[in-house]
Amino acid sequence: MALEQQNFNPIENAKSQLKNHNRGWSQKSRESALIRLSSIGLPNHRDEYWKYTNPAELLTNDLHGLAVTDHEEANVFAEVDALKIIFCDGIFKPDLSDEFLSDNISINRLADKGDLHWAQNYYGALEKHSHTPVARPLAALNTATASDGVLIHVKGNIDKPILILGLQNVQAEATLHHIIKIDPGCSLTLLESGSFATKLNTVMEVFLEKGANFEHVRTQGKDHDRVAATHIFSDIKENAKFKSFTLTANGILTRNECVLNLSGDDCVAHVAGASVGDGKTFHHDDTVFITHDAVACESRQVFKKVLRNGATGVFQGKILVKEGAQKTDGYQISQSLLLDDDSQFLAKPELEIYADDVACSHGSTSGAIDEQALFYLCSRGISRNDATDMLTLAFLAEAVEEIENKNVANIIVEKISAWLSRRKN
Amino acid sequence: MASFESVDVKEGVDQETIDAVREVGGAYKYGWETDIEMEYAPKGLDAAIVKLISEKNNEPEWMTDWRLKAFNRWEKIKEPKWSMVNYPEINFQDQYYYARPKSMAEKPKSLDEVDPKLLATYDKLGIPLKEQMLLAGVEANEEVEKGERKVAVDAVFDSVSVGTTFQKELKNAGVIFCSISEAIREHPELVKKYLGSVVPITDNYYATLNSAVFSDGSFVYIPPGVRCPMELSTYFRINAENTGQFERTLIIADKGSYVSYLEGCTAPKRDTAQLHAAVVEIIVEEDAEVKYSTVQNWFPGDEDGNGGIYNFVTKRADCRGYRSKVMWTQVETGSAVTWKYPSCILRGEESQGEFYSIAITNNHQQADTGTKMVHLGKNSKSRIVSKGISAGFAQNTYRGLVSMHPRAKSSRNYTQCDSLLIGDKCGAHTVPYIEVKNNSSRVEHEATTSKVDDDQLFYCRQRGMDEEEAVALVVNGFCKDVLQALPMEFAMEAQQLVAISLEGSVG
Repeated sequence: MALEQQNFNPIENAKSQLKNHNRGWSQKSRESALIRLSSIGLPNHRDEYWKYTNPAELLTNDLHGLAVTDHEEANVFAEVDALKIIFCDGIFKPDLSDEFLSDNISINRLADKGDLHWAQNYYGALEKHSHTPVARPLAALNTATASDGVLIHVKGNIDKPILILGLQNVQAEATLHHIIKIDPGCSLTLLESGSFATKLNTVMEVFLEKGANFEHVRTQGKDHDRVAATHIFSDIKENAKFKSFTLTANGILTRNECVLNLSGDDCVAHVAGASVGDGKTFHHDDTVFITHDAVACESRQVFKKVLRNGATGVFQGKILVKEGAQKTDGYQISQSLLLDDDSQFLAKPELEIYADDVACSHGSTSGAIDEQALFYLCSRGISRNDATDMLTLAFLAEAVEEIENKNVANIIVEKISAWLSRRKN
Repeated sequence: MASFESVDVKEGVDQETIDAVREVGGAYKYGWETDIEMEYAPKGLDAAIVKLISEKNNEPEWMTDWRLKAFNRWEKIKEPKWSMVNYPEINFQDQYYYARPKSMAEKPKSLDEVDPKLLATYDKLGIPLKEQMLLAGVEANEEVEKGERKVAVDAVFDSVSVGTTFQKELKNAGVIFCSISEAIREHPELVKKYLGSVVPITDNYYATLNSAVFSDGSFVYIPPGVRCPMELSTYFRINAENTGQFERTLIIADKGSYVSYLEGCTAPKRDTAQLHAAVVEIIVEEDAEVKYSTVQNWFPGDEDGNGGIYNFVTKRADCRGYRSKVMWTQVETGSAVTWKYPSCILRGEESQGEFYSIAITNNHQQADTGTKMVHLGKNSKSRIVSKGISAGFAQNTYRGLVSMHPRAKSSRNYTQCDSLLIGDKCGAHTVPYIEVKNNSSRVEHEATTSKVDDDQLFYCRQRGMDEEEAVALVVNGFCKDVLQALPMEFAMEAQQLVAISLEGSVG
C-alpha cells in the first residue's frame, strides 16, 4: 500500500482520465486546466502558502477512515424548507433530489455530457485566473478531473433556499465542481451540509452579475477522518453582494480556500468562518484571498477558531487593493481561543495595498479564555464548564452574526452548542 | 519651501518640529563624495580576496578559516527572492570588497598627520570637531567640557574603522569599545566565543556573504554590572564607488549591564547602485539591557530610481539571561532597497524585546522590513510598533514573525503596524506571521492602512503652512510613538529626515 501511494501521481492520473475525450462540452476546459496544473506542479509543504498545512494527505489515493453513514445527522438544515440536491458518495442522485419546475432557475449536473451548454464558458474560468500571484494547484486538478457537480443558473426570483447535501454510504473519494451564475438583480441562498466523502476536493465558481445577491452557509461536520480541500471562487460585479459562512467541526485536514475578485464598483463581499476543533487529529486551514479591483467596495473577513486537545488552526488571509481601487473598505479579523496548552494557532494576515484613499485594517489575536470573565460568571453560580461554554459561544458569535438568514444562524448556534456539550458526556 | 519667518508657533505645535521642517534645505544632504586616495582590493570575490581581507586586518588563522568556511557556503547558496522588492540582478563579481583611504595604512599619531580630506569629511557630516580629531585617529587627550553630553563614536569609512573616540574613559569603566578588527587581535577569546553565535555563518545569503568578507565594524563588551557611562555610536560612511560595505557589529552586554548604541549611515549620490550587507549580533545576559537605535540614511537613489544603496542587513539580539532586555529602534529613510529584520530571540525567562520602526519610502524606494520575536522563555514580553510611510512610486512592506514556543508560557506580544500612503502610485503592505503554540500566551496584532487625513491637512493649510509642511507635520505626528523611543541625539535628526524624505511627494 505504501509503495502504491508513493507511485500515485495525481497529474498522471488526470492525464489518463482525459485521454478518452469523453467529457463532452467540458473536455476542452479540462485539458487546459491539466496544462495549467502541469506547469505549476503539485503543492508542496515548502510552498509559502502550504507552510502551515502539509498537502501530502490531499495528494495520495489512500482512503483511510470510515464512511459516515448516518444520513439523519448529515443534514444539519433538515428544519429549513429548502430545495434539495443530493449527492451520494460523490454522485448526483436525481431520484433523491427535489424536482425544480420553474423558469426562474435551471439546474443541471456536470456529469451530463451535452455538446452545447451554457456553462461551457464558465467552467474553470475563475479557477484559471486564480493562480496569480498564488498558485492553487488543487483547484486546477479539480477542474481537470471533477466527476460531478451542479450547474445552477438563477434567472429570476426563487422563494426557497437550495440545499446541497452530501451523503456517504461507502468509503469514497469525490471531486465536485459546481457553477453558480446569478443574473442581474437575482438572489440565491445556498446551503451545504453533509460529509460528501472521506477525501474531498470541491470547487465552486460563483458568477454574480450586477446587483446579484448570494448567501452561502455550509457546515463541514461529523466525520473525523475526512481530508478535504474546498475552493470558492467568485467574480463580483457592480452592486452585487457575496456572503459565505462555514462551520467546521471535524476533519483530519480541511483546507478551505476562498478567492474573491471584487470587479464591479460598490460591491460587497463577506467571508466568515467558525471552527471548533478537538484533538490532535484536527487540522483546519482557512486561506482567503480578496482582490479589490473597483471603486468603493467593501470586504470583510471574520474567522474564529476554538481549539482544544492539540488541535491546529491556520488562517492565511489577504486583502489586495489594486491601483485605482479607491474608497476601499477592507476589514479582516482572525482570532483563536486556545482552550488548553497543546493546541496551536498559526496565522498570516496580509495586506497588499496600491491605492491611497483606502481604509484597510486587520487584526489577529490568540489567547486563552479570559479568567476574569470566567470568575464573574462562576461568582454568579454558573459552573466553570458552563461558563467556559458561554464564553466560547460568545467568542464565536461575531462570525455567526455574519449569517443574514436568522433561521439558519440559529441552527448553526445549536450545532456549536452541541459540540461544546460533547465534552460533558 | 515657504519661508518660516512668518509662521508664528502655535500652541500644540512644538518648536522642534518647526525647526526640523525649517532645516530642510535640499533633498539628500549627504550626497557629496570625498576625493581621497583609496587603496582597493581587486574587483570580484573569490577565496583569495577573502584571504586578502583577512591579511589586511592582520587576523589570526582561526578567523581566516572562519571566513573561508562562510565563503564556501556562500558559493553554494542562492539569493533569496521572497521579499516584495524588485531590483536588477546583482553582479557580485563586479564589486570591490575592500577599500580604505591610503592615509589609513599607518595610523596617524597627531592632528598634523591626519589627511585633511578625512577631517573635512567628518566636519561636513556634522560630527563635532573635538570628536573629529579623535576620529581621525589622533591619540590626543580626551577631556571634554563638563556637563557636555558625551557620545563615543566609532567611524567606519568604506572598509575600515578610522577611529574610536573616548577609548580611555570607556576603558576606565571596563567597557571595551573598538573596531572589530582590533577586537579580533586584542580580545580573541571574546570574539571567538560570541562571533556567529547569534547569526551563524549559515544564517542567510547576505549574512553568509558578510561573514566571508566583512572588513570592519564595531565591537562592544560591557562587563557585569556596568552601566556604560556614555552612549556609544558607530558612523558608517560609504565613499568609494562600486564598493560594497560589509560591516559586522558585535555587542555583548554581560550580566546586569546597560548600553545604548546608536548607528548612523550615509553615502554619496551615484548613478549605480551599491551594496551594503551588514550583520549585527547582540548578546544580552541576565538583567542586562541593550538599546540599539539606527538612523539609516544611505543614498536612496535619485527621483527616477537610479543608483542608491541596496541595504541587506541581518540584525539579531539574543536575550539569553533572565530578565534581559533589548530594544531596537530604527528610522529607515534611505536606501534604494531595504531588506532588514532586526529580531529578538527571547530565550531568557521574563526577557523583553521591543521593536520600534519608522520606514519611509519615496520616489522609487522599496523597503521590506520588520522584525521577528521568537518567544522561548516563560513570561517573555515583546512589543512591536511599526509605522510605514509610502509616497511617490515607492513600495513599503512590513514583514514580521511572532512565535510563541510551547515552552514560552504566559508570554505576551503586542503588535501594531500602521501604514500611511501619500499619493496613488505607491504601495503599502503588511505580511505578519503569527504562530502561537501555547494557550497562556496572548498575542495581539493590529494593522491599519490609510491616507493622510484631509481634515488634518486642511487645518494646517488654513494656519498658513504650505502643503508639504503640513504633510511633514502630520507624518511626524503619525510617527510620534517611535520618535519618542529614540535617544535624544537621534530624535531630532529623525524628525528632520522624516521631512526630507517626503520632499516632493505632494502635489
